[in-house]
Formats: sequence, C-alpha cells, structure tokens
Amino acid sequence: MIYKDLIIIGGGPSGLCAAKTALEAGISVLIIDRNPKVGGQLIKQTHKFFGSKDQYAKTRGYDIASKLYRDIENFANLEILTDTTVVGLYKDNVVTVVNQDRYVRYQAGSFIVATGASEKFLAFENNDLPGIYGAGATQTLMNVYGVLPGNEVVMVGSGNIGLIVSYQLMQAGVKVKAILEAAPTIGGYKVHASKITRLGVPILTSTTVKKAIGETEIKAVEIISLDQKWQEIPNSNRVLPIDALCISVGLTPMHQLLSMVGAKMKFVSELGGFVPIINSQHQTSIKSIFVCGDVVGIEEASSAMMEGYLTGLFVAHYLNHSHKDHEVLVEHYESQLSLLRNGPFGIKTKVGLTKLKEGSNHA
Amino acid sequence: MLNQTGIPTLEQVLSRFPDQKSLIFPKAILECYEDIPCNPCETSCPFDAIHIGSNINVQPKLEVDRCTGCGICVTSCPGLAIVVAQIKGNEAQFKIPYEFLPHPKKSEIWHGVNRSGNVICDAKIDQVLINNKQDHTVLVTVSVPVIHLHDFITIRGKHES
Amino acid sequence: MRIERHPILDFPKKQEVFFMFEGTKVSGFQGDTVASALHALGIKTLSYSIKKKRPRGFYCAIGNCASCHMIINGIPNVRTCITPLESNMVVERQINKGVVK
Repeated sequence: MIYKDLIIIGGGPSGLCAAKTALEAGISVLIIDRNPKVGGQLIKQTHKFFGSKDQYAKTRGYDIASKLYRDIENFANLEILTDTTVVGLYKDNVVTVVNQDRYVRYQAGSFIVATGASEKFLAFENNDLPGIYGAGATQTLMNVYGVLPGNEVVMVGSGNIGLIVSYQLMQAGVKVKAILEAAPTIGGYKVHASKITRLGVPILTSTTVKKAIGETEIKAVEIISLDQKWQEIPNSNRVLPIDALCISVGLTPMHQLLSMVGAKMKFVSELGGFVPIINSQHQTSIKSIFVCGDVVGIEEASSAMMEGYLTGLFVAHYLNHSHKDHEVLVEHYESQLSLLRNGPFGIKTKVGLTKLKEGSNHA
Repeated sequence: MLNQTGIPTLEQVLSRFPDQKSLIFPKAILECYEDIPCNPCETSCPFDAIHIGSNINVQPKLEVDRCTGCGICVTSCPGLAIVVAQIKGNEAQFKIPYEFLPHPKKSEIWHGVNRSGNVICDAKIDQVLINNKQDHTVLVTVSVPVIHLHDFITIRGKHES
Repeated sequence: MRIERHPILDFPKKQEVFFMFEGTKVSGFQGDTVASALHALGIKTLSYSIKKKRPRGFYCAIGNCASCHMIINGIPNVRTCITPLESNMVVERQINKGVVK
C-alpha cells in the first residue's frame, strides 16, 4: 500500500488550488483525476471569467486551468495520476483506484474530496432521444473535440451555464433558436443574457419543454407557456424544428464517495442536492476527510478556487504541518469568498450554507 | 424587462450615457445593470476612470472627465457589457467587442444591430484591432447614423442569412 | 460536422484514425473519443435501451450518466464518451445488458 500525507480526489480548479497551499505547507500530495488531464471543467471554458484578480478575472477558463497546473507542477512532493478513477473510499483512510485494468490501493493521512458536480436531467416525454444533451456535454463536444452538436438547437435553462453555452454555440456557428426558462425571470447574469439577445436569440421565460419529437433522433421540440402557478397554459404549445436540444437545468454535487465512506450528509436544495455536513475547516464528520468546490455546494469556479486554497491550508493544519502564513492566508481567502458571495447571486449559497451548518455537531 | 428578456430599457441605457456635450470625445458606456462580483473594468483602466471599490459586487461608475475612450475596458469586460461611444457630426462612432468569425475588415459595410437583435441600419467598419492583450476579443471601431446613438450595440455580417 | 475555424480556439488538423462501425470502415481523428468521432459522422444513436429498445445517444459526455454504452472490441458497456478512439477499433451498438464473450 502506498502512503501519502494528502490525497486529493479530483483535479479540477478546487483540487488544484487545494494542492497548491498544501504543497507550500510542505506535505506530500497525490492528485487523482479520472480524465486524461487535470483542470476539471475549466479546460472547455472559452469565456473570460468574472471575479477579481485573485480569481483570474478576464482570463479565459482554459488559461486558468493551465495556470493552476503551472502553479504546482514543480513541487517535488506532488504526484498526479490521470486517467485514474477512484472506485472506493474507506474509513481506515484507504482509497482504491482503477487505471485501465490495474487496481491499486493508497493510504493517506488525509483526503480532500473535490469531485465537483454532474448535470441534472429534466423529465419530459421522449427525453431519452439521441440529440438531447446536457449543456456541458455540448460544450465538451464543441470546445474539446471540435464537433458540432447540431445545426439548429434550443437551450433549456437560462442560468449562467445555459446562457454561456448558448453564446458558445453561436460562436461555433450553431443557430440557437431560443433559450427556454420555466421561471418568470432569467436565472443567470443579465450581461450574459444581453450578450445573447443582441445576437437575435430570444429568451422565453415562463416557457418549458413539453416533449421531444423524433423517431431515431430529435427532429423538433414542443414547447409550452406556464402561468404563475407553473401550470401549462392551454393552447400555448408550439413546435420548433431542431436537431439538438441542450438541457441546462442545474448541477448536483457528485457526493457518491462521501456517502460511501459514511460521512454525514444532508439534502440542501440551495446547494444543489446531497452535500456533506462540514465545519468551518471544511472537515466532514470523518475527521481525516475534507471537501471543497462544487461537491459541497454548487457555485462558480471562482468560489471553488478560493475554497480549494482554504481547504489545503486547513488540511496542512490538521496534519500539524501548518503553512507558515496560515492565519494571513486563511483570512485573505475567507474574505475573498465573502466578497464573491456578497451580491444578490450569493444569497442562495449563503442560505444553503447556513442550513448545512445547522446540521453540524462536530465543530 | 431586463430580468425577463435580457434587454435593458431605454431608461436604463440612457442612465449610462454621459451628456451629449461630453460625447464630443469618445467615452465608455458601462452597461452593467446588476450587482455581480466582478471588477476587471476597474483594474484594467489605465486612467483610473472606472470606480467599483472594495465591494466588487457594486456596479461600475464612470468618471467621465478621466475617460479617454481608449477601449481597454471594452475588451477586458468578461460580460462584453462595455462599448465606447462618440458623436461625430451626423454619425455616432463606437468601439465594440466582437468575438465571431469572420472578423470584419476596414471599410466594409455590416448590419448595425440593436439590443433586441434587430437590424436597424448600416454600420461602416472604420478600424479593426486585435492584439494579445485583448485575448481573442476584437475591438471594432464602427460608425452608424447618429440617430441610433442609443439603439446601436453590435454588428452582424451581411453574409449571414 | 466538424468545426474548421473558431473565433477563440484552434483546431489543428490531426491524424486520421480508421475504425469499424457496425461492419463499415469509418474514420475519426487523433484525440477523438469514440462518441465524438461517431457524432462527427452524423451517428447519434449509440445503443438501444434494454427493455423497450429505444434509441439512445450520449447525454453528459463526461462519463457520469451511462447513456453512451457501446460494445468495443467485443467488450460491452464501454462508456464511449470518455474512451479515446484507437486505430482498428471494432465498435458496435449494444441492444442488451451486455454479454462478455
């Protein structure tokens, strides 16, 4: 069995940032990621990021991924395993992984689960037809593999992901016929919405999908309008011919390893689903297991990065190997997080985190 | 309206325009109508003409007299929410961000488009600037009839159906 | 359905990779996954559901949802959206739970 001070499960923005502060504190770190390269979802983000300088504002997502990797690649105490899936996490500080057909076990003094999130589905008739993809999937297809998801699409969901991916579809030469939003108002940043409306793409609020139409693949979508009680307005249905439908109805934390190891979990809808109960050090109910990023609450990458830096510091402290600037850095990153959550878009997260802390009895 | 359609009202747009007198020089129009955590416009401005402050959720305010209309904020804004506007006789000249192919070329005539995505006029391409600092966001200088000062926001190619 | 030019990204020409799909020789490019190569060829149906035999394609494209299972080189239940395309792969649609031969 191979031993490390810290094993980080997930090499996305949160995991990479956690590695940086932990490595600076002098502990040995192994990052395990199931993808061919680290960077998580950042590698397919072609838009410029928001936030402040600390969150690499105005830098395109894929450049942030490169930068986060460059920040850690030269540490001698770092090992990174890619194309490697963690298949088990156990209470005796053991993690089991699979790479191709090799099965290996590791033991660590501590873990950070930074597994991120997964796209939600939407229930409607024929929602299993080929040609119906998650918005993140269309982004992967376009920006990583250079393949068009279709020629004429409809986007379901007007949160930031729906709005951003619609813009990226237009950049790739795909016609976005409409963005549907079941709620009466647009979910994401209005600047993202304005960017897309000036391209002639209508955002239809109080509108949703009734069914997908097609035999072997999607050929059209039937949409309906909703009243104030979210009920279908009779005779409001119309059919839009398309060859791909993108579903962007939110993300949900990939909590499975935490549930497996028996960490205390709680369902908090504001945070996206099942999340681990944590204390102020991002420690779960299993004291050697910490968490950061979308797995502990769906937010933006900017927050995931700040949480990552913080959790790396907390873990080093837990292992009695504190970063020499521990207090100063913790205060800095906590105030950055607070700033990011200070506007109207941070309210939902703050409510969710309060509900989560109410479940915590192991501070 | 903005919350339902993504299109700001004329009142909102006018609130971001400096008075006509100031617009004899090019000035930035900051169309950021919502509190979101973001401040690259402030940090990019070499003339310290954009103010947000320590709470980065606050919407940016332009100090009109300091603004030279250089356009650095236009290509720095991740939301593509800033343009530079100037009144030049019977034309309004804008500097806008553009991130599509094909890039416009100097002297071409493109469609001028409003915030609802409708074609409203012809737009004359005066200049096209791209450099590494802009990171793939092209800065296009374009002229439209001055009557469209508050309507025009972007361009669309005439080759598009 | 490949992107040739993109305003932000570069898609340099890559080496062609030949493989078999349902008995026909087809090709993708180095760097493709099996699912992206098939999608570029216009093939969206990757398998059929177990009970009702409804056509299925991929959904999440990053290995989470299990919609993209196909039989590759005789091995069933392969998540084609995260499997790199390799020369001479034999790719077939799956119509059942998957029988390991």
